[in-house]
Amino acid sequence: MNEQTLSPEEIQEINAEISRYPDKAAVAIEALKIVQKHRRWVSDDCLVAVAGLLAMSPAQLEAVATFYNLIYRQPVGKTVIHYCNSVTCWMLGSDRIGERLCRHLNVDLGEMSADGEYTVLPIVCLGACDHAPVAMVGDELRLDITEDAVNEILGR
Amino acid sequence: MARIEIDGQSYEVQDGDNLLSACLSLGLDLPYFCWHPALGSAGACRQCAVIQYKDAEDKRGKLVMACLTPVADGMRISMDAEYAQKFRSDNIELLMTNHPHDCPVCEEGGECHLQDMTLMTGHTFRRYRGLKRTHNNQYLGPFINHEMNRCIACYRCVRFYDEYAGGKDLQVLGIHNNVYFGRFEDGALENEFSGNLVEVCPTGVFTDKTFSAHYVRKWDLQTAPSICVHCGLGCNIAPGERYGKLRRIINRYNGDINGYFLCDRGRFGYGFVNSPERILKPQLKGYPDITVDTAESYFRNLLKSVKPPIGIASPRTSLEANFALRSLVGEENFFLGLDDTEHTLLNAIVELMTEGGIHSPSLREVEQADAVLILGEDVTNSAPRLALSLRQAARSASFKLAESLRVLPWQDAAVRNLDKQAITPVFIASICATRLDDAASNTYRGSPEDIARLGFAIAHHLDQSAPEPVALSADEQSLAASIADSLKQAKRPLIVSGTSCVSLAVIQAAYNVAKALPSTDKQLAFTVPECNSLGLAMMGGLPLSQAFERVGNGLADTMVILENDIYRRAPNRNVDLFLQLADHVVVLDSLENKTTGHAELVLPVSTFAESEGTLVNNEGRAQRYFPVYPETESLRGSWQWLTGAMEECQWPHHDMLTAACASAFPYLVGIAKAAPGADYKVKGSKIPRQPHRYSGLTAMHANINVSEPRQPQDTETPFAFSMEGDTAQVPPALLPVIWAPGWNSNQAINKFQQGTGGHLSGGDSGVRLIEAAGTRAWFDDIPSGFVPTPGRWRIVPLPHIFGTEELSLHSLPLAERLPPFCVLLNPEDAKTLGVESGDQVEISSIAGNSAVKIPVQIEPTLLPGLLGITAGLPAFQFVQGWTQAILKKANQKAPL
Amino acid sequence: MEQINKPLTKNILPDRVFATLADYESTGGYQGLRKAITELQPKDVQQWVKDAGLKGRGGAGFGTGLKWSMVPDIDTPQTRYMIANADEMEPGTFKDKMLMEQDPHQLIEGLIIAAYAIQANTAFIFLRGEYHLAARRLDNALQEARSKGFLGEHILDSDFNLEIVLHTGAGRYICGEETALINALEGKRATPRAKPPFPLVSGLWGKPTVVNNVETLCNVPHILHYGVEWYQGLGRGADKGTKLFGASGRVKYPGLWELPLGIPIREIIDKYAGGMQDGYKLRGFLPGGASTDFLLPEHLDVVMDFEAVAKAGSRMGTGTIIVLDDRTCPVQMVLNLEQFFAQESCGWCTPCRDGLPWTVTLLEDIIAGKGHIEDLDALAGLTRMLGPGNTFCALAPGAMEPLQSALKYFREDFERYIAKEPA
Repeated sequence: MNEQTLSPEEIQEINAEISRYPDKAAVAIEALKIVQKHRRWVSDDCLVAVAGLLAMSPAQLEAVATFYNLIYRQPVGKTVIHYCNSVTCWMLGSDRIGERLCRHLNVDLGEMSADGEYTVLPIVCLGACDHAPVAMVGDELRLDITEDAVNEILGR
Repeated sequence: MARIEIDGQSYEVQDGDNLLSACLSLGLDLPYFCWHPALGSAGACRQCAVIQYKDAEDKRGKLVMACLTPVADGMRISMDAEYAQKFRSDNIELLMTNHPHDCPVCEEGGECHLQDMTLMTGHTFRRYRGLKRTHNNQYLGPFINHEMNRCIACYRCVRFYDEYAGGKDLQVLGIHNNVYFGRFEDGALENEFSGNLVEVCPTGVFTDKTFSAHYVRKWDLQTAPSICVHCGLGCNIAPGERYGKLRRIINRYNGDINGYFLCDRGRFGYGFVNSPERILKPQLKGYPDITVDTAESYFRNLLKSVKPPIGIASPRTSLEANFALRSLVGEENFFLGLDDTEHTLLNAIVELMTEGGIHSPSLREVEQADAVLILGEDVTNSAPRLALSLRQAARSASFKLAESLRVLPWQDAAVRNLDKQAITPVFIASICATRLDDAASNTYRGSPEDIARLGFAIAHHLDQSAPEPVALSADEQSLAASIADSLKQAKRPLIVSGTSCVSLAVIQAAYNVAKALPSTDKQLAFTVPECNSLGLAMMGGLPLSQAFERVGNGLADTMVILENDIYRRAPNRNVDLFLQLADHVVVLDSLENKTTGHAELVLPVSTFAESEGTLVNNEGRAQRYFPVYPETESLRGSWQWLTGAMEECQWPHHDMLTAACASAFPYLVGIAKAAPGADYKVKGSKIPRQPHRYSGLTAMHANINVSEPRQPQDTETPFAFSMEGDTAQVPPALLPVIWAPGWNSNQAINKFQQGTGGHLSGGDSGVRLIEAAGTRAWFDDIPSGFVPTPGRWRIVPLPHIFGTEELSLHSLPLAERLPPFCVLLNPEDAKTLGVESGDQVEISSIAGNSAVKIPVQIEPTLLPGLLGITAGLPAFQFVQGWTQAILKKANQKAPL
Repeated sequence: MEQINKPLTKNILPDRVFATLADYESTGGYQGLRKAITELQPKDVQQWVKDAGLKGRGGAGFGTGLKWSMVPDIDTPQTRYMIANADEMEPGTFKDKMLMEQDPHQLIEGLIIAAYAIQANTAFIFLRGEYHLAARRLDNALQEARSKGFLGEHILDSDFNLEIVLHTGAGRYICGEETALINALEGKRATPRAKPPFPLVSGLWGKPTVVNNVETLCNVPHILHYGVEWYQGLGRGADKGTKLFGASGRVKYPGLWELPLGIPIREIIDKYAGGMQDGYKLRGFLPGGASTDFLLPEHLDVVMDFEAVAKAGSRMGTGTIIVLDDRTCPVQMVLNLEQFFAQESCGWCTPCRDGLPWTVTLLEDIIAGKGHIEDLDALAGLTRMLGPGNTFCALAPGAMEPLQSALKYFREDFERYIAKEPA
């Protein structure tokens, strides 16, 4: 099961993490993030396979996976746009940014755009309140976003 | 002891306890959810808030959670302070924002801890106007319903299931107020103790699905104190009946044995009582309808045959019934009705328990062991509740480390965080992987002989005068040495063994290890297969094969078989022959089986639920069970059929029979004290079996006759089939229902204990019959190691919680959890045979008989040359008596 | 010695992408470590930090040296862990990110010294998963530190060994709570743990563990390098040292500045942040992140130290001010905050798990014109119910701070919504 579901690279990276901690289960979050790095989200099959590698039950790993908001248990687009909706960004119009992003992509929050390119999700304060409103596009932080900048973010 | 002040009253409480437990131990009503005496404190529900004051001057105090606050001498607290009361009531209000108002259709209703606590705090008015969050439920198998909307997120379920019982498939998922307690996907809960969720859950998230099928409210159940009949541990149970049907089993607290928890076989194995296979009328071959009187006189006449009738006893019924049989046929005609090897093993165990000089522990004592060696048992499958206790013993090092860090034992998560660095020596030597291996520090797998040899080697390492096995491998030597070292350092080492390996050498090796241990607090526990295996062996009798011989030699022609399907005890052909040769076969049993099918006369007997009797558990503790409801007209207790057939019956009453039995056997003297007799009264009346809210009493038979029938009388026990009578003064061990004002759930038990989680006030039920005495010489009959014979496989029966025990096999809900019919093989052997998991092999005896096709399951932990089968599974009856088998690949798969 | 008054940000220059190892060393970097390891015993290091009066910068303000000195038996060899809490997620707070991105070696040096002070041989940086740039810079800096012998075996030829593991999280505000952080580091659900036992006694994998905030640790090298007296000279009021203060919202120049503790709030908002944007008036502010009580313009002269802000009825918290302007509805702002806290509740204890969602529905109802005047009592009741000591950790009490002060200062805004209720 493991061998088929996870790629050798994923298994190797997860094993490398295991060697850094005194306890296999400690790698749970890291391992899920490794899977996500390779395939954007964690499918049921992958979760079961990772649980096998970590000598955990699928339920035990699911308990961890469903706790953390950066572990995606549903498919997401190639680029996940996390727009901050915490207090400062909210004051400076983040709701409209979120709406705009969704409208442009014709998706609801958390949905994948039809072309598979994007998913929009709200996120808590990204620690750049002096440049509110902000968003994280993939791994990259975008500051001082205006509604017009949404087009630019989406590359259209 | 510490002296504390609660609302101006001074109390003595236990040092080191937490305040919640202390308050409950004092009999005070302080509400709680997440705390559980067996699970410790979690601090999650915030329900047990009280005010703690710094000193006499402090009038304001601060709010603390009682469950997280250690008691300290001079402490001042208030439960009644307005702020504390308001907080507790407001906390319920918060829980109720999501809890549905479905009590009328909820099966927990009437015994719901949440209902009780809500009333206790006085929260009555709903201010919340929002929507309640809802969840989808999961299919959790045949035992447990799931209704997540009712969840108040106390986390008890996962703390019990995962942390206490070692189950990995039920977890908390999600976050914030969307936490979900469930499985990764739909499916039966895997853990053998899942049924306890029903009682651990403070509300109706997890309820008993077998009960749902014929549900009634708790207050409408008639109940009597009873003992589980599904293994040899003697867990205390409270079965409930309505309209002549056994409805459910719940735990009955016994501070020495089961505490708060039962295994799933014990809880859900009761279906046989209601089974369509129940024998409800006497059956005489050739005569379709006979009366009880006819049956009785026919039985009497049969007993008058020229050749003395022989009696075959039963390890699954009471001492009294067996004693009545023995008295009826005479000691010289009394056979124990066990498989011959098991007979030998049980005799050995009785001898070691009575003369071996080593303490046999209660389950409570098992939990306090600080090093464990399990020799040859898959305890989770042979004596399940013991496995749960051993799992707790496996954490003793954590508690010890916690103590050094001044972490108190009830600070649950803090102690558990130490589990990884504090390893308790728990060694499991077994035939293949066991369900307790995850709690073991080391495991060893081998044939019964190898296991025995390891045991002998450990004993020799501990004490050079103990005999040493020859030709042990270096690995086994060093393993034996390291186990011996660990056991030697332990203060309360425990050796566990039993009959599962079907090996006398294993039992003897276990004794040698125990004898060689230096500790004075050492313990030796043997598991036995059935509810009265030990009691029967203590009574003693002849082996079954001799009964066969006697009939074969024509020395006997009439036999009385007591509650025993002897096809489970000896090879089919022998039993067939035996039953054919006998002129008259009388069988007393409650369920139809292969043996009753061959009987001339079948006498219908009541089960544990409809009769009384005394059982002796593996520890050597005698306990009495009582009828929950009256037997139907044609049914009698076995003891009644048997005593009624005597020429001059000296024992018209059960108490007399018990007394006679007690005086007949020195080791059974104590059984009369196992429970009070029928003349026992509380304030002049018998103990009511029906709760004071029992409803419909005058109407429940109105469809038959509008005149209310007279209450059935119980002349044999201190209980009445009635709701009349005062239960306030009844010793807790005799209480049919645990109830206290304001406490309708089973958690009312804290009102009846000597401190929460302690012994019952007035003592736990039962009497220990055996205390350690004497000593025995070393056993030196060390077997040689197992060497596989090419082309032949050694059969090793492996017990299974749902596949081995006879009565639960007749219980419907368990059928879904039956182990698959297959044989276990080592991967190498499978390769040699050219089979993979799921392929069929043809299995036949070495004489070449009965080639049967069976699917193979590959078991990497089983040694080459061994063939694992499920012990007791009826489908395997054809291998009864075989020790070896020949296998070959079957040429085609049987259709599914 | 040159006059250093901005030790934390002295290497953070406008024209610099970030401070490299060479940049860092050129202004005395790793000198504090050298002194600690080659000249001082671990207990001395603890004493220095204690004497300097450094208080935790994560929000609670516990004495750092005191915390270290409470680790039992540091003379006995045993596994201990030192953790940098880099899980900055308090809304309105953006200080640790800058420190890690712009001057990563400062944190690393502070962490090594702290590990030495408690004799830990493994340290972790628990970095929130979204801080990708900080992760790259720290990772790189760790490699540099390793190659220079500041990490690994025999650090600076001493007997002290240390490995630092950079661990990135997967979200959740609660990971900032130190015991929840420890659970997250163990790969578990980040539910806080009961205290006692404190992590100092039984923390990560049951071993003695110290968790310090990034900014706190960044102070440490300078205390060692420049000395206790110098450090005490920083700070205008009761508290010692400098602190990163920030302002966000509708001020002219939102930003972050290293300033002495004890600076008046007015100075931060007016002088450094340039006052309110044109057309906006100051209505109030949260002085130290989302979980602090509102203060009003009348509190502008309160100085930023732990005690003074507490006396004014709030907390200095993280020192990053969130400004409420007169065109933003305080009720809606509180709703935004409570939505955040309800979403980030770990789900462990009743008041937080069930009380915060109720708070949110009450506020939503009020804003939607479906509120009742009794709802304000219900909200006030919740602020008491979810107050300090009543819940398992500090998340819910923190959530109640802006609400309770909003009910006090902006009650008319709540009432106005309720009055709009159609007859």
